Amino acid sequence: MNEIIPGSGANGEAARDGHSSAPAKLGYSPVAEIPHRLRVTDTDPKAARRAERQVAGMFTLSMVFVILSVIAYVLIDKYTVVYIPVLGDVGASNVVLGFTFGMAVLLIGAGAIQWAKKLMPDVEVVQERHDMVSEKEDDNLAAANYERGKEESGFARYKMIRRSLIGAMVLLPIPIIVVLRDLWITPPGENPTEILSTTMWTKGKRIVSDGTYMPIRPEDLPIGGLVSALPEGILEVQEEEHNLNARGKAAIILVRMDPEQIRSQQGEGWDYNGILAYSKICTHVGCPIALYEQRTHHLLCPCHQSTFDLADSGTVIYGPAARDMPQLPISVDEEGYLIATQDFAVPVGPSFWERDKA
Amino acid sequence: MSTTMDHPVEQVGGVTAKYVDERLGSNKFLGRNLGKVFPDHWSFMLGEIALYSFIVVLLTGTFLTLFYNPSMVEVVYNGSYVPLKGVQMSEAYASSLDISFEVRGGLLIRQMHHWSALIFVAAIAVHMFRVFFTGAFRKPREFNWLVGVGLTALALGAGFTGYSLPDDLLSGTGLQIIRGILQSIPLIGTWAAFLVFGGEFPGTEIIPRLYAAHILLIPGIILALITVHLMMVWTQKHTQFPGPGRTNTNVVGYPLLPVYMAKAGGFFFIVFGIIALIGGLVTVNPIWIFGPYTPDQVSAGTQPDWYIGWLDGALRLMPNWESVIAGFTISWNVLIPSVIIPGILFTGLALYPFLEAWATGDKREHNLLERPRNAPVRTGIGVAAIVFYGILWIGGGNDVIAAAFDLSFNVLAWSLRIGLIVLPPIAFLVTKRICLGLQRKDREKLVHGYESGRVLRLPHGEFIEVHQPLNYKELAIISAKEDLPVLPAPVKSDADGVRNPNYRVDQLRHKLSSFFLRDNIERPTDAEIEAGQAHAAHSAGLEAPLHEYEELDQDPVGHGGVLHHPGMPMTNQEQVDQRQ
Ligand code: HEM
Ligand code: FES
Repeated sequence: MNEIIPGSGANGEAARDGHSSAPAKLGYSPVAEIPHRLRVTDTDPKAARRAERQVAGMFTLSMVFVILSVIAYVLIDKYTVVYIPVLGDVGASNVVLGFTFGMAVLLIGAGAIQWAKKLMPDVEVVQERHDMVSEKEDDNLAAANYERGKEESGFARYKMIRRSLIGAMVLLPIPIIVVLRDLWITPPGENPTEILSTTMWTKGKRIVSDGTYMPIRPEDLPIGGLVSALPEGILEVQEEEHNLNARGKAAIILVRMDPEQIRSQQGEGWDYNGILAYSKICTHVGCPIALYEQRTHHLLCPCHQSTFDLADSGTVIYGPAARDMPQLPISVDEEGYLIATQDFAVPVGPSFWERDKA
Repeated sequence: MSTTMDHPVEQVGGVTAKYVDERLGSNKFLGRNLGKVFPDHWSFMLGEIALYSFIVVLLTGTFLTLFYNPSMVEVVYNGSYVPLKGVQMSEAYASSLDISFEVRGGLLIRQMHHWSALIFVAAIAVHMFRVFFTGAFRKPREFNWLVGVGLTALALGAGFTGYSLPDDLLSGTGLQIIRGILQSIPLIGTWAAFLVFGGEFPGTEIIPRLYAAHILLIPGIILALITVHLMMVWTQKHTQFPGPGRTNTNVVGYPLLPVYMAKAGGFFFIVFGIIALIGGLVTVNPIWIFGPYTPDQVSAGTQPDWYIGWLDGALRLMPNWESVIAGFTISWNVLIPSVIIPGILFTGLALYPFLEAWATGDKREHNLLERPRNAPVRTGIGVAAIVFYGILWIGGGNDVIAAAFDLSFNVLAWSLRIGLIVLPPIAFLVTKRICLGLQRKDREKLVHGYESGRVLRLPHGEFIEVHQPLNYKELAIISAKEDLPVLPAPVKSDADGVRNPNYRVDQLRHKLSSFFLRDNIERPTDAEIEAGQAHAAHSAGLEAPLHEYEELDQDPVGHGGVLHHPGMPMTNQEQVDQRQ
């Protein structure tokens, strides 16, 4: 421990660098002189015997639990559900396996610790530490060896070798990074900006409801109602592409409100008699949204609570999202089903670097 | 091996040791290290919990790989869980359901895996607090602090990749957010997202990729770092708290064989056993409830695993800033909370030991831990960081809180935003004050002893308050305080008019050092302490005839420690016996 005399001048360098090993200091007493109480198991052989039996008892009980757990594995039907107060309806096999195996393991630990606490010496012992810094000799040896290596290799002398080696080492990682390029085997002619900016919606594409995949007539939508919807043919596209990418972009919600209440839209006449279609994918970081409050026309994202006003162009009225919810212009076809009249005018979902270049 | 070994087990052990030693020279190591001393304190078990839960994670995870199928190919579920029968889902989700319902013990192992992962991250965090607040990161242990920071980051990565594997609605929603975060990175973000997901989100590549990271890459690096971590602890020897007989140059504790091994080994089984009990009794992540992932559905009110909560909170509290510069979009609303703030936090964490050492000019080796009160600025910074983290974490549950207390999101968000800026500095100041108050109290105790609260009327009529001397333990602990003077202010130019080229840096360093050290309450000198304690003993002595004065530790029947060194002639027990 360092002896630091308080207020020993402004220059504390000696105190900071020093590492004296002389521990003679107030409050220090050699460990051997520290009072120490003997345990009952140290003085009473009967108590020691008892502790021995306890420890052995725990190890034995552990074996019993192992056997019980194997029996439970074999005998309890895996589909059996039981009601246990506090836990509720739970799988019997899971609970019994967890309990028996857990106890088997726990008891080994408890026994070992009891053994250590009651029967092994509880006298603390002392060992000296040494500074981490090497002895002067080793220091010198290391330095000498380094010098020898430098000299023999000529690393310092052969400037050209040195520089070219450094150059080679710097360039070496490049192929390792380049080879990651095909993490996305890009189809010819495609680029992320374009992919993110287009969806399945095209002029005349029918809107089908999520779940039934049936086309929707305006009169199917009650005022105040909200319906999750998708483009017709989404299932076929999913089948063909073997993924959910199209769904992740094209999902929309339809809401119907009194046309009087629509204060603004992203495009002139993009509604159909008060029916509005908006993207379902949050412009913050992309959670799907379906919490709609019909009285206020607010759409709330469950992930970080961004709130959009659907009666007012889907503008953000609260939360971390920065962009309005993109609107999809709709109309009806000659058979009276709702259709899109074009794709979204802006990319749906979270922002990205090239978003406004799209 | 000179002692005779009559027990068959010992004979086998001895023969084996010799066999191995002839080939590896292992007895040199064993001879030196079987008696290695480890200090004991409850807080030293936190790191052990992290280690043991990681072992449980490895064991249970390996079992899961036998049944889990990391594939996003769509299948129709036909297992025994009725509500999902006939539903389209990925093979990953279907196999996770099968682990939960068809494989006997599968749900137990899945839940043990998840619970041990939660405990792993929690133990790492608390362990890190312990190391921080006791100054265990100081020289010579800075490297191990860095390894620890790396392990923390990797643990978060392991947890997140694991959480994504079942491919249920929750894990998919988490991935969707990751996609949004990737896309917010300027310049390369869009491409980064496409490369990570193998194309558009969600694609069919991400689960197999996360799987490789989750079961091989991340645990492999964690295992390597844990090994390095423990090797450093081994060579540098564990720090210890100040106490009787404990100095900066010794270790007081229990020898590896048998006490430490029995305790630490036993503790492994305890941690393992408790995880198994929790895994059997407490449901975690019931993936069957949420259904398979599809990018157009979300379940409201769900919370991520606890260690991701603060990032979620940061995303929620951030104002919706976005700028378009030269036609390019920068989403500050996503970039700042999910990339920049965590980046700053982790960088600050990694650099802290070096900053503090530089600011205080402390180049000594520290093997004795510092009591948090004796480093008020450090303790204050730590508490401020925890408050900052805590507010973000609360922000992650703002919907739950808003509903519970009937608050509007707006009011809550603004309170939390203001709190995020105002509360950490307040926490810093309050903590520092408390620490200094405790230091003052310690000083009192050293120079006056304990106030017993009893007043004594002396025979000649004088009233004195009885003070009692500190017992040897407290004296050792409190008097272990070390003081450092503030670094001197630099001079602009020396006596010969030569300009100090480092003036600005030195000036900054002087200011920082003053920030850290100037309020320190100096430890009294040894002479002052001795006089104070003698005085207290005297006043207690006056009282002694009136009260049955009892010192708790006055009836030592045994003795303290023994000097332990490798190759010593006597066992501990023999030394114990000899002294009695
Ligand atoms: C390094 C620390 C690790 C952490 C923090 C961690 C965490 C997680 C978490 C939170 C889950 C989700 C569990 C669920 O609720 O289904 C998970 C799943 C999984 N983990 Fe780990 N894990 C780790 C290491 C490993 C290792 C080493 C392996 C294999 C050798 C592994 C194999 C798996 C498998 C196969 C799953 C999917 C199980 C399922 O979905 O049912 N994990 N992990
Ligand atoms: S994803 Fe909707 S608010 Fe964050």
